[in-house]
Amino acid sequence: MSPDTPPLDPIFGRLTLDAIPYQEPILVVTFAVVALAGIFAVGALTYFRLWGYLWREWITSVDHKRIGIMYIVLAIIMLVRGFADAIMMRLQQAIAFNGSEGYLPAHHYDQIFTAHGVIMIFFVATPLIVGVMNFVIPLQIGARDVSFPYLNNLGFWLTAVAAILVNVSLFVGEFSQGGWVGEPPLTGAEASPGVGVDYYLWALQISGLGTIIGGINLLATIIKMRAPGLTFMKLPIFCWTSLCVNALIVLSFPFLTIAVTLLTLDRLFGTHFFTADFGGNPMAYVNLVWIWGHPEVYILILPALGVYSEVAAVFSGKRLFGYTSMVYATVSITVIGFVVWLHHFFTMGSGASVNGFFGLMTALIAIPTGVKVYNWLFTMYRGRVRFEVPMMWTISFMLTFLLGGLTGVLCSIPAADFQLHNSLFLVGHFHNVAIGAIVFAMMAAIDYWFPKAFGFRLEPFWGKLSVWFWTVGFFVAFLPIYVAGLSGVTRRTRVFDDPSEQNLQILFVIAAIGAFIALLGVVFFLVQLFVSIRNREALRDTTGDPWNARTLEWSTSSPPPEYNFAFTPVVHDVDAWADMKARGYSRPSEGFKPIHMPRNTATGIVASVLLLIFSFAVIWYMWLVAGVSFALLLLVLIGHTFNYNRSFHIPADVVARTESERTRLLAQQG
Amino acid sequence: MKPHRIIALLPLVAILSACNAVVLHPSGDVAVQQRDLLLYATELMAIVIVPVAFLTILFAWHYRHTNTKARYEPEWHHSTKLEVVIWGVPVIIIIFLGMATWTTAHTLDPYRQITRIAPDQLVPPGTKPLQIEVVALDWKWLFIYPEQGIATVNDVAAPVNQPIEFRLTSSRVQNALSIPALAGQVYAMPGMETELHAVINEPGDYRGYSSRFSGAGFSKMHFTFHGKSAADFDKWVADAKATGTTLDSATYLQLAVPSEGEPVHRYANVDPELYKTILDRCVGQSPNMCLSTMRANDLKKGNGLCRPNVASN
Ligand code: HEM
Ligand SMILES: [Cu+2]
Repeated sequence: MSPDTPPLDPIFGRLTLDAIPYQEPILVVTFAVVALAGIFAVGALTYFRLWGYLWREWITSVDHKRIGIMYIVLAIIMLVRGFADAIMMRLQQAIAFNGSEGYLPAHHYDQIFTAHGVIMIFFVATPLIVGVMNFVIPLQIGARDVSFPYLNNLGFWLTAVAAILVNVSLFVGEFSQGGWVGEPPLTGAEASPGVGVDYYLWALQISGLGTIIGGINLLATIIKMRAPGLTFMKLPIFCWTSLCVNALIVLSFPFLTIAVTLLTLDRLFGTHFFTADFGGNPMAYVNLVWIWGHPEVYILILPALGVYSEVAAVFSGKRLFGYTSMVYATVSITVIGFVVWLHHFFTMGSGASVNGFFGLMTALIAIPTGVKVYNWLFTMYRGRVRFEVPMMWTISFMLTFLLGGLTGVLCSIPAADFQLHNSLFLVGHFHNVAIGAIVFAMMAAIDYWFPKAFGFRLEPFWGKLSVWFWTVGFFVAFLPIYVAGLSGVTRRTRVFDDPSEQNLQILFVIAAIGAFIALLGVVFFLVQLFVSIRNREALRDTTGDPWNARTLEWSTSSPPPEYNFAFTPVVHDVDAWADMKARGYSRPSEGFKPIHMPRNTATGIVASVLLLIFSFAVIWYMWLVAGVSFALLLLVLIGHTFNYNRSFHIPADVVARTESERTRLLAQQG
Repeated sequence: MKPHRIIALLPLVAILSACNAVVLHPSGDVAVQQRDLLLYATELMAIVIVPVAFLTILFAWHYRHTNTKARYEPEWHHSTKLEVVIWGVPVIIIIFLGMATWTTAHTLDPYRQITRIAPDQLVPPGTKPLQIEVVALDWKWLFIYPEQGIATVNDVAAPVNQPIEFRLTSSRVQNALSIPALAGQVYAMPGMETELHAVINEPGDYRGYSSRFSGAGFSKMHFTFHGKSAADFDKWVADAKATGTTLDSATYLQLAVPSEGEPVHRYANVDPELYKTILDRCVGQSPNMCLSTMRANDLKKGNGLCRPNVASN
């Protein structure tokens, strides 16, 4: 800080009333809507006396199924925010031609693309895959819970408070204007003195911590808690991809933590890790952040590929083609994924051989990825393909992904990337994959596992509409973006004031139309949820296996009891449940034993909220508040280690009653 | 027309307008080779992508649930012959692609001197490339011609068919110099020097801009790159000389103050040391130690402190 800055307020630090953007109508309206919705939600919860239920059954729950669902709910809420940002950008770019400045000044637009990127990656895609993994993995491996149930709850709440922090920045202060990976010197103290980058850094720090904790937990779960007989080469492909993903998380997220921590030190204490002067090196940040960033891309895509493998097999009524190939492909993607990070900055001036090496490694990764596509293809071959909603997502993905893979390989050739890097062609490529592979997979996953989670199916009509609108919307929105990239338009452009590019406006108008079509895809998905909840009795599934599926999660009831399986299943083959069905498996109806289960805990949410307060205080230099909240946080965490009362037994007669109720329901089916 | 027809037409309009996209119709030899590489890689991958797309649709349709005439083999899940094809085809394609990747990483390396002007035209021996020093400022581009002794803002020119050697740095944050018609882009970073070698083959005015986000004025940080005949280029230089203005460290520091949409202007004279001190991060009366001094101190096992007056031991 320079000597002429005024002394800080002892309580509020640099937070003053000026930080509230009440002069910006867009934000005021947004705030009003959010506040109204909030008041409405609080009112409804109070009126229906749901607070206690929420607290006991969800907020403090350590049940992996509940936590998984909470992750997904968080992601869907944030998807709405992220999509709103996307629409705003599309409108701005569609009108900012012929001398128009559009309706968003730079200060606002630059926050929007940063927030959109951060939200979509950290608070939509990541929670979606973590949520689905959380819900599915223990069920698929025949386990009763995860290895570390308390950490699981803590990981969720850390992610949630990080998401809250990003949204607080909308109404108190500002968000970063430095892009979703926030590279210095642009995000350094000199070029970005405001609180925006600090919000960004703390949001990433906290959610990164949550993701690492979750990763350790799921990694241990898959390695240690598989049912007897479930050897690695019998593991469902979704579990294989999850295993690799969680290994990637544990190995790569620490790099993000380091990058973010050092940049925080630069900004707070004037260290010079990444400054241009005083011997700092901004290129070090670029390397660190992409050593995390590239694996992150695979962290998001591998579970998606796992979902498609499950869905393709089930809805083709057939075993997955080339299981072993699929496993090797997954593992090689994981390993090679660690030596390709430099393809994100071929243009930063490294030598030809360095660029060549990373280009080759990236090309190499295309091989196992291609193999996977063939495997889905030959899974349909000689099958009986049922066009249920999850399968429609899968087929749409298989076609969309071909284009995304093609453009991805183009960007990975260093000499070609000198043209494509940071252009809208690149933006087209990563949305092609982010939407066509990740979002589609998660929509498929939600549709596929929803009956397992809630005991009734989702209405297929609205689901199918959602598939069509997302698919068509994607192509209408992003084909023009590819073309704009080839026409020399760079990403993060706010206005087009160069006379020689005025003929490109039509592309951005089409892209905006496409974004609205895709928006309808989101709306129809929400309608689908709403309609299905209303018609839940008609959509009820009492079999626990509505799709005639193949893996263990479908052997238990829907929704599964708290303990998942009354008896731990024994596995003999790939696709254990298909195998059990084929061999005429019958459910045991007696001999139940008490089941040992973890107890709920409030430590996760309390610690996370304290961390939220701490980070907010540090962002605004409210040192007193920061000190107090940090001390409390330590106390809570240490206090938790003295809590020895962490588990309980579900009595055998309760288990027996639950299971006989299921027997009765199954018998009713005839 | 029905609405869904219109929607179907929208991507078509987009694809048609790709026909005159600059990356596909460049005017400099490097960019032409980059374009050819893009097309080669696309064709190579089309060998797998087109059949796979076709088979996906075919299989999904033929093996649909309701088509009970189609063969159904629920247990069929392995075929060694197929597996060999499945792994073999991508491997072969990636071998070809990998060879192109590796060779072009070297032949089109931005640090490499230009050796050919056009596919069948080598650079005559003894040709000296035109030197242009580039400084990315907030938010405009400064081009210094050390040999001609002139400098320009947001405007740059080069004679056709003469190799150009750009040396790039930046004043404060990272940017990237991007001229798609010429050779694409390379980062410009403070305290660091990168290079770009290229040649322009056709006279004309081409769009150039920053392609690495650098803050509020980024969108307007563009310039025109002129390919000119030798005579026109000399005239362009003479015009700059006629302005009579000088760019020294004082005018530079004024110029470096952040501004948006800066109009084109030119300087007749440039302090010959200016570019070096910008790169060294100690223009004029800068309180910072020059990077080169700091490095020298470090080499002498100095303490690396950044004040000029701190003695190294
Ligand atoms: C139809 C849905 C979407 C639309 C219309 C959309 C639109 C956009 C736009 C206009 C930009 C700014 C491009 C530019 O820099 O000029 C952008 C950037 C970005 N989007 Fe999306 N997006 C969508 C969905 C997604 C999804 C699902 C993800 C990830 C899971 C995603 C991740 C990103 C990222 C990481 C950036 C880069 C932000 C940055 O430049 O720092 N987007 N998107
Ligand atoms: Cu990557």
